[in-house]
Amino acid sequence: MAKWTYSDKVKDHFMNPRNILREDNEAEYHGIGLTGNIKCGDEMMVYIKVDPEKLTITDCKWRTYGCASAIASTSILSEMVIGMTLDQAYGITAKDILKELDGLPDNKVHCSVLGDKALRAAIDDYYGKNGMEDRIKTKGAKIVCECMQVTDEDIEHAVLDGARSFHELQEMTKIGTGCGECQENAQAVMSGYIQKHFGL
Amino acid sequence: MEHRNVYFDNNATTPLHPEVKKALVEGLEIFGNPSSMHAFGREARERVENARQQVASFIGADSEEVLFVGSGSEANNTVLSLLNCDSTTCACSLSGRHDLVTTVIEHPCVLNTARSLGRKKHGVHYLHVDRHGRIDLEDLRRSVTDKVGLVSIMMANNEIGTIQDIKEAARITHAAGALFHTDAVQAVGKIPVDVRDLDVDFLTMSAHKIYGPKGIGALYVKKGAPYCPLILGGHQENGRRAGTENSLGIIGMGKAIEMRALEMDAEEKRLLELKNALKEGIAKAIPDTLFMGHPEYCLPGTLSVSFAGAEGEAILLYLDLAGIAVSTGSACASGSLDPSHVIMATGVPVENAHGSVRISLGRENTMEDVQYMLEHLPQIIDRIRTMSTAYRRR
Repeated sequence: MAKWTYSDKVKDHFMNPRNILREDNEAEYHGIGLTGNIKCGDEMMVYIKVDPEKLTITDCKWRTYGCASAIASTSILSEMVIGMTLDQAYGITAKDILKELDGLPDNKVHCSVLGDKALRAAIDDYYGKNGMEDRIKTKGAKIVCECMQVTDEDIEHAVLDGARSFHELQEMTKIGTGCGECQENAQAVMSGYIQKHFGL
Repeated sequence: MEHRNVYFDNNATTPLHPEVKKALVEGLEIFGNPSSMHAFGREARERVENARQQVASFIGADSEEVLFVGSGSEANNTVLSLLNCDSTTCACSLSGRHDLVTTVIEHPCVLNTARSLGRKKHGVHYLHVDRHGRIDLEDLRRSVTDKVGLVSIMMANNEIGTIQDIKEAARITHAAGALFHTDAVQAVGKIPVDVRDLDVDFLTMSAHKIYGPKGIGALYVKKGAPYCPLILGGHQENGRRAGTENSLGIIGMGKAIEMRALEMDAEEKRLLELKNALKEGIAKAIPDTLFMGHPEYCLPGTLSVSFAGAEGEAILLYLDLAGIAVSTGSACASGSLDPSHVIMATGVPVENAHGSVRISLGRENTMEDVQYMLEHLPQIIDRIRTMSTAYRRR
């Protein structure tokens, strides 16, 4: 038999997804985050329970509409975050998820980019509901790409990390790889940051 | 039911017919160059010409109207590239009519060639399709202006199976003074095709969709139709396609067509029965499904279906783990991040394109395969929906 499409880790989480929210008990969760949308082919919802004293995540459940790598990356993410402090969980990047999954094919990396965003949205939701708005880091960031949930801050970071062409920006953020409608605007935003930081 | 391996992706490619396999093994001995005058060459030439005769007679053409090419893609590229010929002294020039009319649901080898023509200042008009994937013939009539040299419309769609009224499309095209090409890769060997009855100028065929080998296709060019070779070189194929003939592939294609001539009618009737059983079973066992493709004008073995709230790549891979092979129009499986252009063109919501699955049956499939599928698919869809953000049981 030829090798399967993905790593054994992805296959395991695809075949036996952990921590799916099965019951209709969304209200029991302290923070809920949604990212992506069905039009773009991926949508993820992350639900967290938080210990209000220690500010740690005591439970994490999810639902995902998407391909095998999207399902596996949300599943593994839900395992990673239980026990973490909110600060630790907030710092999880797509790279961390990729590493846990033993990698994904290049054209699938964008599927794992969504998981960490849904998690941050859930944490922000918790902060918002518990009078800790000051801790919301994405506050004020404007979404440029609806499909991949890329904000102007993400673009700024990518520019600071060396992105100069739109292609490089896409490699780093997956911006405009869903419906593509944002591409023109995204290029303008990117040029703005290149101008701002490098005067080019 | 015990684990089975079920191949339901026959529109992608097909297993070799056992008779084709036999012919190929015997054909391995034929190494002569068909262009050589000696006995070795003559032997190869005879096999190649026999195969040409088989292909030609199957579609109602004369032998000299059929040339062998490397693939359906090459045949389509060759025909569309005729529009590039702008030499006024060239006998095959299309007398200054350089525009193309085609459809939005063509195979990428037509669409990308059309886009390339468009970049070279050829006018290209794309016909849209209805909910079931059929073009509007009135739209075609309006589109074939006196600038249009060629109309290219696929006979049967690879993704949804919809069959166009090629005879009428060719009539309209000719009445407006343009040439007509049809990509019949999915049609020849599955539904009756007669080039005289259809009155087309060019027709594309491929062997590997009908139990023949890969890397061999054929192009019908009507006697007297303008023609320019795409591949320049030697005099092979009467100077219409350079390169030493792929005699083994040609032998295989000839045999595949010969077997289709014997088996097609009964076989396709059987596939239609299997497909209908599958369709009914799916409709009964799985709520919120949408069938794509034309209910009547459709390839007998092609079933395109979409499941609300379930993404296609996930369906494909869960089926794969159960031993069942299908394909999907989901962006996630395309490598391009775009969902199927064909399903999008039918105007169904984009979710349906992401959630679409193509089940294409072939001669090796049985009713047991259909039952096996019906045993696994409802569970898989239910499982995906359970974890989906986009589906709530009603």
